[in-house]
Amino acid sequence: MKRQLQEAVLPAIVALLIAAIVGDVLILAFGQSPGTVYRLLLEGTWGNAYGFGQVLYKTTTLTFTGLAVALGLRAGLFNVGAESQLAAGGFVAALVGLMLPAGLPAIVTLPVYLLAAAIGGGVVGAVPGALRARFGAHEVITTIMLNYIVLALLNYLVAAHLKVEGTLHTQDIQAGALARLSDFVPAFHGSAANVVLFLALAVAAALWWFLFRTKQGYEIRATGLQPEAAEYGGVKVGAVWWKVMALSGAIAGVGGLNFVLGYKHYYEDAFASGAGFVGIAVAIVGRNHPVGVVLAALLFATMSQGGLAVNAVVPKQIVDVLQAVVIIAVAASVPEVRRVLRRGGNR
Amino acid sequence: MILFAFLAQTLRIAIPYLFAASGGVVSERSGLVALGLEGYMLGGAFCGAIASYYSGNPWIGLLGAVAGGVAIALLYAVAAIRFRADQVVVGIAINLLIIGATRFFLRLFFHSSANSPRVSGFGDERVGSGLVALAGNPLIWLGVLAVAGVAWMLYRTPFGLRLRATGEHPAAAVSVGIPVDRVRYLAAALSGGLAALGGAYLSLDQHQFSAEMTAGRGFIALAATIFGRWDPFRAALACLLFAAAETLQIQLQGTQVVPSQFVEMIPFALTIVALAGVVGRAVPPAALGKVAE
Repeated sequence: MKRQLQEAVLPAIVALLIAAIVGDVLILAFGQSPGTVYRLLLEGTWGNAYGFGQVLYKTTTLTFTGLAVALGLRAGLFNVGAESQLAAGGFVAALVGLMLPAGLPAIVTLPVYLLAAAIGGGVVGAVPGALRARFGAHEVITTIMLNYIVLALLNYLVAAHLKVEGTLHTQDIQAGALARLSDFVPAFHGSAANVVLFLALAVAAALWWFLFRTKQGYEIRATGLQPEAAEYGGVKVGAVWWKVMALSGAIAGVGGLNFVLGYKHYYEDAFASGAGFVGIAVAIVGRNHPVGVVLAALLFATMSQGGLAVNAVVPKQIVDVLQAVVIIAVAASVPEVRRVLRRGGNR
Repeated sequence: MILFAFLAQTLRIAIPYLFAASGGVVSERSGLVALGLEGYMLGGAFCGAIASYYSGNPWIGLLGAVAGGVAIALLYAVAAIRFRADQVVVGIAINLLIIGATRFFLRLFFHSSANSPRVSGFGDERVGSGLVALAGNPLIWLGVLAVAGVAWMLYRTPFGLRLRATGEHPAAAVSVGIPVDRVRYLAAALSGGLAALGGAYLSLDQHQFSAEMTAGRGFIALAATIFGRWDPFRAALACLLFAAAETLQIQLQGTQVVPSQFVEMIPFALTIVALAGVVGRAVPPAALGKVAE
């Protein structure tokens, strides 16, 4: 158990150290002091309520996309499509929302929105799952290609049919706007953090229970570890594949509620803006475990909000570079850490 | 005359795809997933512009682009081969890395997060953009040469045979004495250099680097690699097909026959169809994405 935890945590620590070194070099190249920049980054994120609220808002979306990718990886499937699934979930929810009359109570609207977002993302996820199960088409490529197709389609629908003139967003949704955290804690005033955060945490808990405490979860993990063996053991691997991809897409899709219902109350073209891809990083760094995913989402949200906090001193893209360094370093150190730890264990 | 203009524009659009898809074929046939093509192209566009800016010579720009692309691809290869990192994860991260890094260095070098200053490039703008101007751009010829060169290397040289063996069955390749890891490093470097030339074509043609100027072309090239079933000539045909569709869309702009978004989908939709095997399934190299033990 202790070694498992070491195996899970060590790569992230190694990666953060490497990222800190790369960050120092880049900051020095820009003629600034690393100490100042890192202090600014912390002050702008965890140092004040507004900044922290923004971190929580970004954590929410990244938790959904991270969980979506992690679920896929548990079944041995690499869902690179969280970006378009997130967008499709938000889009379908907004579409339904535009048809709902104002004044409906949240107890009615919330389940409707959840279902709409889950269907939107779930359909986009199920297609590559079915293509894999039926034709053996590799989901990495099909999800990447579907990202482009779905985002172009949504762009067309908004630009050609649904936009408010002069913008790329729909009209305001009247029904079922969700409460901001600032409604309960006034200090969060101005930040976009909202109650979808709690939904994200609930989904993380539910996914943990599903993966590690149910028969289906066991079948999913068995499929991920060794599909041939799982098939031999009576698991219908093809069915697991498409169902997992559908569920993965649904989870990413529900993440769209954070922007659409929790923040803007309309659908805006390209609102996902990379959160689906960062979700891959979140899943990898969180080692495909729901708890790890939430923590990794917090880390990446902090970095992304921190970029805005330091932008006056060094370009905010330094954070994009460091996020990529973290991903590469974690991916490269996972096999290495495992090898070293296991060799140590046999001595 | 309209036909010539159409062909000229198709070729202009296809050239970066030809370079990058040739690189994609080399990489994937050796067993390395080519998800980083977009990053190699963008890095090549940036390094090409920088080298051309400081030297005033676009040929030095090309050298700079190749050096940048090779360096980025080797970073990917070291993570994937030496450290056995997941190729899909690192490939995606490489793209994020280069998007961020080019913007960062843009501000470091030129105090702008959007554009470089004007750099010297190929082509004389006074000639216009027809076939004559096109023929005067050496990168057009290099692009055609890249396709033929990769095909010759892959099918007619001992190295090409080793590369294909490495991508199909690394264990068998090792057993006959092929240095599998070294072959993959070389394949990665070659793919990085080729894709970078495609990127440099963009920045040198526009005499300027602008942030994220490759705009997904690396993924269209990856689509062409797969739609062309990992064969250099078929991939080149796929590039021309995709470029022709784009040209058609540009020519039809304003007429509203087909919304541009639907034309954008063509390469990606065709690739999914090819992978699903509706008309003869595209089968990837057997050891694609796998660690060579």
